[in-house]
Amino acid sequence: MTTEYWTYLFIFLTFGTYIYIGWRARVKESAGFYIAGQGIPAIANGAATAADWMSAASFISMAGLISFMGYDGAVYLMGWTGGYVLLALLFAPYLRKFGQYTVPDFVGTRYYSDVARIVAVICAIFVSITYVAGQMRGVGIVFSRFLNVDVGTGVVIGMVIVAFFAVIGGMKGITWTQVAQYGVLIVAFMIPAVTIALKLTGNPIPQIAFTTSGIVESLNQIQVDLGFTEYTQPFQGKEMIDIFCITVALMVGTAGLPHVIVRFYTVPNVRAARYSAVWAIIFIALLYTTAPALAAFARYNLITSIHGSSISTTAEQVAEGENEVYTLSKTTENGEELNFDWTQGWQKTGLLTFEDKNGDGIIHLAKDESINEVYIDRDIIVLSTPEVAGLAPWVIALVAAGGLAAALSTAAGLLLVISSSLAHDIYFRMVNPKADEAKRVAVGRIMVLAAVLVAGYFGINPPGFVGQVVAFAFGLAASSFFPIILLGIFSTRVNREGAIAGMLVGLLFTAGYIVGEKYFGMPRWCFDISSEGIGAIGMLLNFAVILCVSAVTPPPPQEVKDVVESLRLPDHPGRAIVLDEGHE
Amino acid sequence: MSKNVTEEDRQYWTANKKLITILLFIWAFVSYGCGILFVEPLNNIQFFGVPFGFWMAQQGSIYVFIILIMVYAKRMDTIDHRFHKDEEGAGE
Repeated sequence: MTTEYWTYLFIFLTFGTYIYIGWRARVKESAGFYIAGQGIPAIANGAATAADWMSAASFISMAGLISFMGYDGAVYLMGWTGGYVLLALLFAPYLRKFGQYTVPDFVGTRYYSDVARIVAVICAIFVSITYVAGQMRGVGIVFSRFLNVDVGTGVVIGMVIVAFFAVIGGMKGITWTQVAQYGVLIVAFMIPAVTIALKLTGNPIPQIAFTTSGIVESLNQIQVDLGFTEYTQPFQGKEMIDIFCITVALMVGTAGLPHVIVRFYTVPNVRAARYSAVWAIIFIALLYTTAPALAAFARYNLITSIHGSSISTTAEQVAEGENEVYTLSKTTENGEELNFDWTQGWQKTGLLTFEDKNGDGIIHLAKDESINEVYIDRDIIVLSTPEVAGLAPWVIALVAAGGLAAALSTAAGLLLVISSSLAHDIYFRMVNPKADEAKRVAVGRIMVLAAVLVAGYFGINPPGFVGQVVAFAFGLAASSFFPIILLGIFSTRVNREGAIAGMLVGLLFTAGYIVGEKYFGMPRWCFDISSEGIGAIGMLLNFAVILCVSAVTPPPPQEVKDVVESLRLPDHPGRAIVLDEGHE
Repeated sequence: MSKNVTEEDRQYWTANKKLITILLFIWAFVSYGCGILFVEPLNNIQFFGVPFGFWMAQQGSIYVFIILIMVYAKRMDTIDHRFHKDEEGAGE
């Protein structure tokens, strides 16, 4: 069977499973719809959190980024997993004890203010839509490369699937589907990584092969020979202070991501929230410690394959508007003829291009752009690795299914956040608090559908600024949510005035800096920190403002202090603070 | 302070905060310390043929994060028990 048939088969099987699970888990009550009835076991919630957390970016792009950035890629590894420590220690147990449906719920209740609630809703929606757009690019790449389907059609198929299990099953459906999707994505990530580790180093465990096989040393040597700096050399692309700030912004930004926080609302009690964090970090670390190994293997493999290979003198005859496709081949030292047919599919997508600049029929890879003859998009590193390594077609198809699982699981979690922000925080809390159970679930479903349509729109017409708004999303989550949630739990003194002022200052500073730097050529006046890292400074400002303003304004009312005190004690199993009736 | 909060509750919270502080100190040390601030001197040390600072940034820190979260869950079980905050039916 060809790769294409295998891909159809895997996608059919996995999508069928997701739909079946979504149907089995269908719900009627809003508690089931938004927080899965708080009946998810810790280990299952751990797997669901891991799938929710690891997006198309983690699966498709991260290893590629690290592969190109070398040491500097550690910002993503430490930033995204380190933020998880903050979440597990500082947020998860207390937010679970709080036991409401959404993050704006917490903000609105803790700061006894609808203004604070609305600011939180806006942040949650902005962060989530940014993310969904990123997932859609992932879905589009997989469909266009592996199935030769038009990107738009691919996005529509993906959206229909997500809409189905999210609308029918709500959080319960999403949770169990995410458990299945974690299984698919981790198997799909590990099999090629293990195979390529075995092939290059003789050791099947990527983490051990990476550390002990000497491949990093060889890679350093090759890099130096080609005029690059060593792979392990720190601070090549960015200054130390920038690396530091980006890591801070990614850590606190991730800890403030609403779609991940809400996962901890779905477990039975506070202790389960703690253990579910343990399972989640184990599941996440499996991929996150493999990714840097894969990055190094892929880079080594790619350089040694392509560099010095022969290129056909003329491009294949192509239709107008399509990308030029060259044929590559190489004769090894022992006279073996190698064909790099895998490059042709990627050349068609335009994500891999060759140009024989000096016309000698040989491909040269170099740091110097005037003699470098290869352009490789970072996003293809993971997806192309099995082909580069010459693995079986079914492995390649599995990677495609894994990429889709990663994108869809995250998209589903985000869509529920958008929907619950609108249906629960705005409609139920502020527009129609008397809405009955059936009506609340119905509004939730309509909002999921609306969110799917918006996400679908961005998938088919991807905003050119996806890469830039990602910095925006983390910066905003870091500079808005993190300080007010943290202080909301660990201080009884911070109040409404402080929180609103803090959020606004953090947001405006961060947004202003990013927009200024990205679009108006503003110099990096703040210690030369880039847009990706400025959220760290925005967060500090937020902390400073919330503490100062709270100190000079009246303390919060006694009921709010009581709520905070009770958050800290896990003594009453189940929902401890009943602020509204209408569920169960 | 609220009248509903007992002396035992306060001690429980203090014990919790102390644990969090210790764990976050280690968290900052391995990531910001070993992984970023001291990465250059640490790179002079070879760890199985890989520069140690680089290895901490791309592998070691993540392993430490797992241990920290695990230790937190386990230690909190002990603290819950000591202050009679056990919950039914949770966990693994």
